[in-house]
Amino acid sequence: MVGIVTYGSYIPIYRIKTAEIARMWGDSPEHPEKGLNIQSKSVPGYDEDAATIAVEALRNALRRKNIPSEKIGAIFVGSESHPYAVKPTASLIAEVIGSYNAHAADLEFACKAGTAAMQNVYAMVKAGMIEYGVAIGTDTSQGQPGDALDYSASAGGTAFIIGKEGVIAEINETVSFVTDTPDFWRREGQRYPSHGGRFTGEPAYFKHIISAAKLLMEKMGTTAKDYDYVVFHQPNGKFPYRVGKRLGFTKEQIDPGLLTPYIGNTYSGATPTGLSAVLDISKPGDRILAVSFGSGAGSDAFDITVTEEMERFNRDAAPKVWDMIKRAKYIDYATYLKFRRMIVEVD
Amino acid sequence: MVVPRFWRERRYRYNLIGTRCPECGTVYFPPRNVCPKCGRKSLGKMEEFQLSGEGKVYSYTIVHQNVLGFKYQKPYIMAIIETPEGPKITGQIVDVEPEKVYIGMPVKAVFRRIAEDGKAGIIQYGYKFVPDWNKMELEKEGT
Ligand SMILES: [Zn+2]
Repeated sequence: MVGIVTYGSYIPIYRIKTAEIARMWGDSPEHPEKGLNIQSKSVPGYDEDAATIAVEALRNALRRKNIPSEKIGAIFVGSESHPYAVKPTASLIAEVIGSYNAHAADLEFACKAGTAAMQNVYAMVKAGMIEYGVAIGTDTSQGQPGDALDYSASAGGTAFIIGKEGVIAEINETVSFVTDTPDFWRREGQRYPSHGGRFTGEPAYFKHIISAAKLLMEKMGTTAKDYDYVVFHQPNGKFPYRVGKRLGFTKEQIDPGLLTPYIGNTYSGATPTGLSAVLDISKPGDRILAVSFGSGAGSDAFDITVTEEMERFNRDAAPKVWDMIKRAKYIDYATYLKFRRMIVEVD
Repeated sequence: MVVPRFWRERRYRYNLIGTRCPECGTVYFPPRNVCPKCGRKSLGKMEEFQLSGEGKVYSYTIVHQNVLGFKYQKPYIMAIIETPEGPKITGQIVDVEPEKVYIGMPVKAVFRRIAEDGKAGIIQYGYKFVPDWNKMELEKEGT
């Protein structure tokens, strides 16, 4: 049995209300709240980045179950906001936990780099190359001020340790669907990303998630009714309901893992953190479908079953996702600009 | 700080690793090679010891001056943290308004950016402290 042995998340304490962003840019406050179904988004503190979020998420995972550092054979960190252009985040993680013989690498694939990390670790464990591996999805994403993404791009992350011993959530199967689609990109040296208008919805998010989910359910011989929970990538608070409806899922299956209305889109952290929120409340025997989406474009789908081991697992040793969502400090737009280093100083 | 010195000190900065004297059991942070109490007897015997990261505010000060690198963080809180293992550690407290800090406030260590060498230099990571919200809630319930 290969699956999740422990997991942990981290969401920065700061939030900005989307109504405050709308006030700043002269948009109707109804636009983000009703149009996107996002009330607020998380903001990293001035001294936080994708690496510090990754470390906090991984430490939370290790608080729930300590895995000896020498048994961790791989560390994959998925992010589109790695602190350095050249110098891996994964080697910093290896140093922090003392796993000096781990295969360490950074991954990038817009919002699905975190699930790509999970697939890599899953494969190495399944192949018998390693005993345990760390997969992290983490981001401190940034939209152009005043752009639609300014309402959603946020910060957070989740770490999974995947192995064969002491599995609390078995990964029954994972599949992917990928095409070359120009829905969202950022060229080297550009500070903010661009998006391809009409390419962003139907031909990108919906096509890839539906294709990956259908492929997985066909392979497993399942329908939407076989799952207790479903987690979709959540660039806003509306798309997951729309894609869920088309695949036959209900609001009740979606809600426990839908975080974007309160913390925004944590990019590579989004699907992993939604899954983390579901693991926080799930019971042995619960079945979970998780489907990520990354622009450019691709989706990774996972069929997961919670095991009896969950009963013995020390979930309370680290903060739960919804508890971190509730612990919020609201800031204004000027503070947000300061924290995000977007104030230009003229010499 | 120059890159080589920071690199040498990264282990204790990342994970609060100090040393413990096997003779008298005293824990030191930052690490010491010799126990001042036991002197020569402890030489070459000091053991690495990782602190839990838990602690309480022993004293603190709120800094309003525009110290280099802190322009975007001021006013900021510098504190001495009393740890259950013994050492008192100096560190910054973040994620809380200065007026809400108090002597005896439970805190825990977190991993943050400490400094960066301009826009092109290395980023230095290490420990800071944040309020330990769960312990604060327990204290409230107890009173
Ligand atoms: Zn001594």
